[in-house]
Amino acid sequence: MTHETAIAIRGVSKIFGPVETGLKALDNVSVDIRRNEFFTLLGPSGCGKTTLLRMIAGFETPTNGAIELDGTDITAEPPFRRPVNTVFQSYALFPHLTVAQNIAFGLEMLGRGKDEIKATTAEMLALVRMEAMAARLPAQLSGGQQQRVALARALAPRPSVLLLDEPLSALDLKLRKQMQIELKRMQQDTGITFVFVTHDQEEALTMSDRIAVMDAGHILQIGSPRDIYERPANRFVAGFIGESNFLDGTVLAAGPPARIALGGGQELSIDTADSPAAGQPVTLAVRPEYVLLGAFDAPGSLSGRITNLIYFGTDMHCHLTLDSGEELVARIPSGLSGKEGLETGAIAGVSFAPGALRIVGA
Amino acid sequence: MASAKPAATAHRSDSGVMERRAERERTRRNWLLSAPALALLVIGASGPLIIVLVYSFMTPGDFSGVEWTPTFDAWVQIFFTRDIFDDTLGLADAHLSIFWRSVRLSLLTTAITIVFGLPTAWFIATRPGRARTFWLFLITIPFWTNLLVRTFAILEMIRNEGLLNTWLIKLGVIASPLQIMYTDTAVLIGMAYVYLPLMVLPLYAAIERFDFRLVEAGYDLYANRLQVLRRVILPIVKPGIVAGSILVFVPSLGAYVTPRVLGGGKNMMIGNFIELQFGQGRNWPLGASLSIFLLLIVMVALLYYVRASTRGSSHD
Repeated sequence: MTHETAIAIRGVSKIFGPVETGLKALDNVSVDIRRNEFFTLLGPSGCGKTTLLRMIAGFETPTNGAIELDGTDITAEPPFRRPVNTVFQSYALFPHLTVAQNIAFGLEMLGRGKDEIKATTAEMLALVRMEAMAARLPAQLSGGQQQRVALARALAPRPSVLLLDEPLSALDLKLRKQMQIELKRMQQDTGITFVFVTHDQEEALTMSDRIAVMDAGHILQIGSPRDIYERPANRFVAGFIGESNFLDGTVLAAGPPARIALGGGQELSIDTADSPAAGQPVTLAVRPEYVLLGAFDAPGSLSGRITNLIYFGTDMHCHLTLDSGEELVARIPSGLSGKEGLETGAIAGVSFAPGALRIVGA
Repeated sequence: MASAKPAATAHRSDSGVMERRAERERTRRNWLLSAPALALLVIGASGPLIIVLVYSFMTPGDFSGVEWTPTFDAWVQIFFTRDIFDDTLGLADAHLSIFWRSVRLSLLTTAITIVFGLPTAWFIATRPGRARTFWLFLITIPFWTNLLVRTFAILEMIRNEGLLNTWLIKLGVIASPLQIMYTDTAVLIGMAYVYLPLMVLPLYAAIERFDFRLVEAGYDLYANRLQVLRRVILPIVKPGIVAGSILVFVPSLGAYVTPRVLGGGKNMMIGNFIELQFGQGRNWPLGASLSIFLLLIVMVALLYYVRASTRGSSHD
């Protein structure tokens, strides 16, 4: 299956302030965003994700590089000539216009006919289920309602690409979960390319077709939620998406299977072909749910002392200190609590689910 | 036992009396406390106004003041003159032209202060915190100087041998000095200068509260610069524009010093005309009726303001 490219970011850099000494918000970023996909820019605050979004919208101009939309270079186009609309983090609804007038604004500016404006506005009101609120002013709406109006306003002109700048961050948890599902539904219903910016990894995993993980002005990894969660490209991604344990060691043999020495004379073998050469330092990552606990003398397992057990409802976090001195967290079903040997101070055998250990860098 | 019941009733009615007494006490105290404010309002605002109103229905005295013979003459004289030969009424063209000049110059002053005030207020409101205070401070400096002094400063700028004409001649733009003094233009320049701060300050207050992200939202939704200004910025800062317009229009209408100094004797405005009646004109009743007439024009303007501002806040 081939994918058509909606937006192509070509070697874009952005420096705020003087070129030599200024703040480098984006550093030579390239990415292709496919048509009709739900694409998420994920990263901590200050990673450059919002700058990249604002560049696609046209509010920032790149210091270097180019941005293409459907094959045409739009780098120099002002925002009002780009068939791209934004849902702002603050919603930025026009306070002097009613809900219906807000939604109609873009269509009016495009010079659409009266009947079309009326029909599309009604359609959008229905899409976000705000028909009853059409005559209200934004100040008379709740946060969730304002959010839906902002969405309807941005969708009304049927943009090629819809940009969403952390639109859910101001909502409470329950409403946020509900909007996540609604957003995904709307993206599928309208077939419009969504570019979504968030710092919430769970949100990104739930909604996206593909995620670009960003840090310090770079894109670290692009892939499906499953790719990124299960095959993080480096230590930052592994740590930022979900929880990860990190173990530092030295390569004994590159393999495959690679053999890694941890401190305290303990040894692990990993079925991987891309291990660094023997003698190199290496960092391993493993998700807490793939850490398995067993008898301390089980063959092939590491051993560690249980330092803490924390109850989380459906599961428990078991904190261990390995013989090598490394800290490790295992997530185990709550049903196992009270099992013999599973108590603070006990020594347990630690092993890992097949394929769960990954080399994420030195 | 038998006596207990009436006693209880008496006690109850007693408490009712006490409550009523306390209530009366409170009312009296409230009146007493507000007495200074009331006195000030009556003596300072209503009193003089009532005197002016009464005078406007009297006959002019021979030399000044009024004779206590009631008549509507002063009110008729606002618009009409009595022919000295056949006693018929004709429209008072001279008066009408003064009213028209006053309203026209005040409206023009308001328009000019909006045109210059809006970019100025925008500039100040978009500066960072410290610089903003500095610029606002500069705007308020003219208030420290007497109006008459400032008006003479303007005179010094625009008179035939003044700064403007001297420079224009030196630069070779004009050959002979422009006659600006003693024209409506001179009055307009003077009033626009004097009242500009009154426009800038409310505009600044409105723009300072403006959410600039709305400009981005406008651009994002295909509005170009002009459309963003017309459809987003102006409607939202409109209350500031209306407030500034009232603040400029009302004192412009009653301006006295500026038209007197810069307009000379001929280009009178209502303020000068009223003064004339109390001075050389020796027609206090006409001066009084004109004052009330001016007050009515201002009230119309204020009513417009109230309507404009309430309509803005209840859009649905």
